[in-house]
Amino acid sequence: MSQASAALETVFRLEYGRVLATLIRHVGDIDLAEDSLSEAMTAALTAWESVIPENPGAWLTTTARRKAIDRLRRAANYTSKQAELRHLRQLEQVEDSPDEQAHAIVDDQLRLIFTCCHPSLSSEVQVALTLKTLGGLSTQEIARAFLVPEATMAQRIVRAKKKIKTANIPYRVPPESELTSRLSAVLQVIYLIFNEGYLSAAGDRYLRRDLCAEALRLGTLLTSLMPRETEAAGLAALMSFHLARFEARTDEDGQAVLLEDQDRSLWDHEAIAEADRRLTHTLESGGNGPYVLQAAIAGVHATSPSFDQTGWEEIAFLYTQLHALQPSPVIALNKAIAIAMSVSPQAGLEEVELLGEALGQYPHFHTARAKLLERVGRFEEAERAIEVALTLTLNTSDRAHLEAELKRMGGL
Amino acid sequence: MQYALLIYSDPKAADQVEMETVMAEYNKFTADVQSEGILVAGEALHDVETATTVRVREGAATHTDGPFAETKEVFGGFYIVDVADLDAAIAVAERLPGSWWGSVEVRPIIDFSQDQ
Repeated sequence: MSQASAALETVFRLEYGRVLATLIRHVGDIDLAEDSLSEAMTAALTAWESVIPENPGAWLTTTARRKAIDRLRRAANYTSKQAELRHLRQLEQVEDSPDEQAHAIVDDQLRLIFTCCHPSLSSEVQVALTLKTLGGLSTQEIARAFLVPEATMAQRIVRAKKKIKTANIPYRVPPESELTSRLSAVLQVIYLIFNEGYLSAAGDRYLRRDLCAEALRLGTLLTSLMPRETEAAGLAALMSFHLARFEARTDEDGQAVLLEDQDRSLWDHEAIAEADRRLTHTLESGGNGPYVLQAAIAGVHATSPSFDQTGWEEIAFLYTQLHALQPSPVIALNKAIAIAMSVSPQAGLEEVELLGEALGQYPHFHTARAKLLERVGRFEEAERAIEVALTLTLNTSDRAHLEAELKRMGGL
Repeated sequence: MQYALLIYSDPKAADQVEMETVMAEYNKFTADVQSEGILVAGEALHDVETATTVRVREGAATHTDGPFAETKEVFGGFYIVDVADLDAAIAVAERLPGSWWGSVEVRPIIDFSQDQ
């Protein structure tokens, strides 16, 4: 039985977002769709005991729709609300046409993504709703991942659903004219979910890994739904490269391990190869946006045999392109580091020195500068730069790194 | 579905824009939404200095000079439009001159003739 219920859980996880997206279009209301779907899943526990139907998604959709009709009928009997009668009439006209499947299902999922990531909702709400509806995560799971009390998260989701309904946020894919900006909001939400798992120092390691995997699943889904959007593909590749290195990023004590010190045998080379194949395809179809470029940079790192034998020249080139699209001093710093590795420490240092004003409060600036100063033989200045970095760093694991650096330099 | 577009602006900042320009833009906007058939109502209010705030507590009324609270942006007028959904209402708000110099709050209007 437990094996059977595990199989059901897998089916539910896989089908949840898809079925919910279609149901919302049919019943016109997120709450009603969610409640009916959960009733249908309960019914499935008994109905599927001996055998899981060939198309579990269609079974769940049909059953949930009937449950929704029942609910609306009951409500109509008592109050005869116009809106509910209207829903009921519409719902009863929906037929089970197998043709509806394929492209309609794709459109429904896109509608749901764009509705959850509507710009009139705050970004924390966008994240929560996306995980709840498309990811099928429970409110408790989302609350734990974002380290907020479950009641707070529940309230956030209730409020968002109320706004969608009351303010009449349309359930549709935005028109071509708005698609680029709206898509970039969706990608941002997915990347935010990923980074919450990837960068956050707090929280359970396995839970954070799950969150990364969920973001990757959403990114991959979006890529399959919008195959011509190269930025979506770029983000999916970027997340794959990062996730492939997840295990090597921290040691047994949970302390961060720098890229140059990571044990590359711990990387998931199969996942890297797969991401690299997909990235190549994206680049060949003309992708050159910020996510594609970041993925390309992550790809060069992930496919290099060691830190020293990294294609630094290519990385410097990619950072130059990225900087042209997103002129930020942090990107300029990364570019300078790549120049130091590919041309000479002196050349890199010259670029770094230009950024002192913009990045004076950023500890990584001083750490990077210290490394280059050391390599050109300016040891005392290097030590002083590390000391500055220490005054700017609160994270204990980063501090330990810096203190070790300082000790090592003192021993020179 | 009806939405209120509530116009807020900073009176000090508003001084910096030519009154004639502002009026011309508002007249154009009003004429546009009227001809599109989505305008339900729209009014502009006199300066906030002309306001009187009224409160009745336990049967006793107090009248205060000026608005309820000191805020940088003050409510200065509104439009009510009848459009399909929030996206359409937001698109109208972006064309409303108030959003260029101040801000426009888009709020759905309760329809009491429908069930809630």
